[in-house]
Amino acid sequence: MNIQLIGLLVSRIAIAILSLLFVSAAIFVGTEMLPGDVAQAVLGQNATPDAVEGLRRALHLDQPPYVRYLLWLGRLLTGDPDHSLVNNLPISELIASRLPNSLVLASVTSVVCVPVSLILGITSAIWRDSPYDHVVSFVTMLLVSVPEFVIATLAVIGFSVNLRWFPAIYYSAGINSLDQVFRLLALPVFTLSCILIAQMMRMTRAAVIDTLRSSYIETAVLKGARPMRIVLNHALPNAVGPIASAVALSLSHLLGGAIIVEIIFNYPGLGRLLVDAVATRDMPLIQACVMIFSAAYAVLVMLADIAGVLSNPRGFVINERRS
Amino acid sequence: MSVDRNITAIEAPARRRLPLPLAGMIGAIIVVFWVVMAIIGPYIAPHDVGALVDDDLFGHMRWEFPFGTDYLGRDVLSRILVGARYSIGVAAAATFLAILVGGTFGMLAAVSRAAIDIALSCFFDALISIPSKMSALVLIAALGSSTSVLIVTVAVILTPGAFRIWREHGIKVSALDFVKVSRVRGERTAYLIREEILPNLTGPVLTDLGLRFIFAVLLLSSVSFLGVGVQPPNADWGSLVRENINGLATGAPVVVMPSIAIATLTIGVNLLIDNLSGCSSSTGEH
Repeated sequence: MNIQLIGLLVSRIAIAILSLLFVSAAIFVGTEMLPGDVAQAVLGQNATPDAVEGLRRALHLDQPPYVRYLLWLGRLLTGDPDHSLVNNLPISELIASRLPNSLVLASVTSVVCVPVSLILGITSAIWRDSPYDHVVSFVTMLLVSVPEFVIATLAVIGFSVNLRWFPAIYYSAGINSLDQVFRLLALPVFTLSCILIAQMMRMTRAAVIDTLRSSYIETAVLKGARPMRIVLNHALPNAVGPIASAVALSLSHLLGGAIIVEIIFNYPGLGRLLVDAVATRDMPLIQACVMIFSAAYAVLVMLADIAGVLSNPRGFVINERRS
Repeated sequence: MSVDRNITAIEAPARRRLPLPLAGMIGAIIVVFWVVMAIIGPYIAPHDVGALVDDDLFGHMRWEFPFGTDYLGRDVLSRILVGARYSIGVAAAATFLAILVGGTFGMLAAVSRAAIDIALSCFFDALISIPSKMSALVLIAALGSSTSVLIVTVAVILTPGAFRIWREHGIKVSALDFVKVSRVRGERTAYLIREEILPNLTGPVLTDLGLRFIFAVLLLSSVSFLGVGVQPPNADWGSLVRENINGLATGAPVVVMPSIAIATLTIGVNLLIDNLSGCSSSTGEH
């Protein structure tokens, strides 16, 4: 039984690694499709053929694509991706300066979102079809239907233009009190939280409702257990897996949302680094950033799957084929 | 649940029945409104989209310019009406393309041998593991930004999700007895898909179409907002917010109006598909 479980976990991790390899290949091919010669583009119109040839060799552009792919992958894995094409700084340095900011934003948002959405999701599942449930469901439906930048712009108009509570733009110079940090992070975290809470709450609600439909809950009801007891002692322990899975899956949406939020609030995180790299067509930087985001995404989705498997040891087969 | 529903159906007074619940009707009206606007928008726009008609930049709302004017003094209402064509047209084209490709492969996977099914599933599962906005940014960075590239990019991103849903529904239906009978009879794959499985998928397929369309609208407007989507002088609703973002500090209506346009469209579609009979509710996933 346990060996089977461990084998399953190992195979799930192997699948994650394989899909990351596939992603790296896809990104490499995607960025290689760029028309034109990179060396020519970097050196400009006036470069001598010798200089272009030299740079081509330095960038390994004279090698066949699969060699370049392996070279690139090797440098990525050893934590030393290439230099940026635009400002010639080492990419590892650029990323190291932005990564802590992104992690702060992501962790503060998760700390805010997880408890709120769990409470909303579980309570609205318990009082299903009550006015409370309808209101919560309607509001979250509105929130998942609008893009992040709409929520962000409305939040800025409301909280910083009209109420003047929080600054509309993030700045890192001259922060000297915790209160200031709170004010700076307030709007970015609020925007991300709106989307995240809506998604997490909807998935949590669905998971708990699913559990409440099972036959042992019916037995508990027939036995005459009080509703509170049914939820706390019977339903929730069995819903932990699906809920954990829902949380991990929703957190993966944090990654995409962060790009937009970082742009709007001028927050110096990885997302803005990526968008700037796209604007300047800085391919090595784009590749590195996308790989970091994809790796984080793959880990979260893997955790979601593992939580799902652990919570339901009977359904041991991932990707089972229903026939 | 089903017992409750039966009881209320009996007790409810016999009223004139709408084809959809009220929320669904509202959604349908909003959706039809925007589709009509996407078609006739450019003809009923009160001003020329490119014309600088106001000396006041970020002008406020008044009779001549109901939604105010933008950062160059152009009429916002006209720009939203013309932008509808981009926002809705590109998203719709991408959705159909994605469902055509993803749906075809999904159906194939559902009725094919296990080896083909596993190969297709692994391929699309790997594609789905790149966050959507990332793949959009990379593809557009590589291919350049034009309307056709945008359609293809959004379609590529939507395809794996469509594959998953269609395969799942296809497998469910193909496990039903009448499909098994037809398979035993020795019918071909194409016949199985066309005659036996597709006709039984209308409900889930409509829901999926709606969800994917919403996702396409959100993705396209986000990409345009980031400045790599629809390029000037044309503008969809996402680019309208972007090019006027400097008006945010003064709370100019030009920033809010395109946002409201996006929100009404996606909420309308959501209300509509949530209330189609026999369909599961949306979860906002792709």
